[in-house]
Amino acid sequence: MNFRPADDTSAATALEIKGVSKAFGRFPALKSVSLQAREREFLALLGPSGSGKTTLLRVLAGLETPDSGEVRFGGEDFLALPVRRRRVGMVFQHYALFRHMTVAQNIAFGLTVRKAAERPSKSEIADRVNNLLQLVQLEGLDKRYPSQLSGGQRQRVALARALAIEPRMLLLDEPFGALDAQVRRELRRWLRELHDRAGVTTVFVTHDQEEALDLADRVAILKDGELVQLGTPNEVYENPADPFVFDFLGQTCRMPGVVAQGRLQVADWVSEAPAGAPQGAVEVFFRPDEVSFGAPDAPGLLAQVKGVAQRGPDVRIDCRVGEADVEFQAHGPTLPQGVGAGRSVRVLPLRPQVYAA
Amino acid sequence: MTAAALPSAPPRSRRRWKQPSILPGFPLAMGWTLTWLGLIVVLPLTALILRPWELGVGGVWATLTEPRVLAALRLSFGAAALAALTNLPLGLLVAWTLTRYEFPGRRIVDAIVDLPFALPTAVAGIALTALYAPTGPLGAPLAAAGIQVAYTPVGIYLALMFIGLPFVVRTVQPVLQDLDREVEEAAQTLGATHLQRFALVILPAVLPALISGFSLAFARAVGEYGSVIFIAGNMPLKSEIAPLLIVIKLEQYDYAGAAAVGLAMLVISFGALLAVNGLQLLLARRGRA
Repeated sequence: MNFRPADDTSAATALEIKGVSKAFGRFPALKSVSLQAREREFLALLGPSGSGKTTLLRVLAGLETPDSGEVRFGGEDFLALPVRRRRVGMVFQHYALFRHMTVAQNIAFGLTVRKAAERPSKSEIADRVNNLLQLVQLEGLDKRYPSQLSGGQRQRVALARALAIEPRMLLLDEPFGALDAQVRRELRRWLRELHDRAGVTTVFVTHDQEEALDLADRVAILKDGELVQLGTPNEVYENPADPFVFDFLGQTCRMPGVVAQGRLQVADWVSEAPAGAPQGAVEVFFRPDEVSFGAPDAPGLLAQVKGVAQRGPDVRIDCRVGEADVEFQAHGPTLPQGVGAGRSVRVLPLRPQVYAA
Repeated sequence: MTAAALPSAPPRSRRRWKQPSILPGFPLAMGWTLTWLGLIVVLPLTALILRPWELGVGGVWATLTEPRVLAALRLSFGAAALAALTNLPLGLLVAWTLTRYEFPGRRIVDAIVDLPFALPTAVAGIALTALYAPTGPLGAPLAAAGIQVAYTPVGIYLALMFIGLPFVVRTVQPVLQDLDREVEEAAQTLGATHLQRFALVILPAVLPALISGFSLAFARAVGEYGSVIFIAGNMPLKSEIAPLLIVIKLEQYDYAGAAAVGLAMLVISFGALLAVNGLQLLLARRGRA
């Protein structure tokens, strides 16, 4: 989980997206999305496939033109600028390296295509390339071709290439999507450090909630082309705006309940309703690992334990609660005594979220 | 120093000339390949290679240095190379249009590209001649402008372009189709102009295919006979192509002379294709060594 302190709200707004809509034929990919990113902020666009997150990123890069809406960067009308004048560094999921160029030529590309008057000298370009190779930890690989590199190395070349133009904004489209889990986690940490050092506003598209929560200063969650929630990782994780967000951010237990006169009833468990809970029939969501187990006379949901299965450090506890089968999780060493197959226990959700049914 | 004085090498297992493979049937497949290649390709070529020497080295040399033969060879290879070269940008453009744009009738245009493959070459030659003859619908205005196409080397060049175009289009098209759009977009975000994107990103990617297309179109054009003889006018020293000269020699029962010209064509073609393939190999190695 992310325990980074809440970000500095005094930073100026760098990127401003206002009411951006885009449709492909009849399919609306973005429906009036508005959000801002602050200077040097790391913003994650999170959503399932088809949620419009990549389309939004491509609008920022200029690779798609929105049907309506406004995009400003540093106060400047971004939509009026052609792609190549926006100076954004874009990193693609499948690297999109130039196969016929060496690593060094790839990184230098954005500098060598500049007009003679704006182009740095050959030795300056070589210096810049060397610095970037060092930054992405690929020293000595400058003469290799992309086909001679591993996936993780290729993506770091792509990142160095994007950083070479000293971008005003860094756009990453599922940059780790094609890599295996181990490399992903390493690159994730490394990318965050790189961002903090480079100090450039970064927009990162992912469908992996863990990645978004771990990396970003703020997370924008999209669904069907609409922005559902925007907040810090802790805000969105602890207070999901709706059942979709709750479900999308992690594993979920859901049970029907009723709120009346300030009391919440779920099966035979009655507790005080959380502040602002809707009245009447509700759905109660909680994480399967955010529960405490107690004796049958303690407060909570009465559960018949059907089975306890240890999976590495985690323990899965299959229970019958009322008419439903529910699966809880606990951490092995902290599993309380008395939870075993065939026993009755009380399960108390620690942070239930209540949504109108 | 003799071999005996050297320390004897440790006994080494006999070098295998073929790596063991889990795929069965190697002896059978290889056997058929060699038999077939031998019967269909090597045997006739061997005959071609052996035949001219009946004339003796001096006789072959005399045949090949005849001004008429030299002119025909120059015209055949020159026109073929020029036509294949012209087909490179044209074929690339056609392939580009067919892969990059959606327009009504695209499939029909796509099918038309193959027509020069399918059409009997003589038909193509007659059609081109009818068009470009000084009295034809295109030939007449051109003649009025002082340009004569039919019965000149220009006509030959035109006919060879016609038959060579599909080779370039069909080799370049799939490569263009598979070109990753994201690579171009990456170049775009990095600040490359349209021209730079084309020259630095797209062209290097399709260059090996363009070279293949060139060698196919060139090889086809060198051997082309049917479509050329109608439009060429076939004037010795001016618009007579080497394949026609071979036929003429055959008709005069000068088999060895015909074979000599054929051998010269074979050697030049082989050399040219070898050079082109070498260039292509060099380019391919750059990208995926």
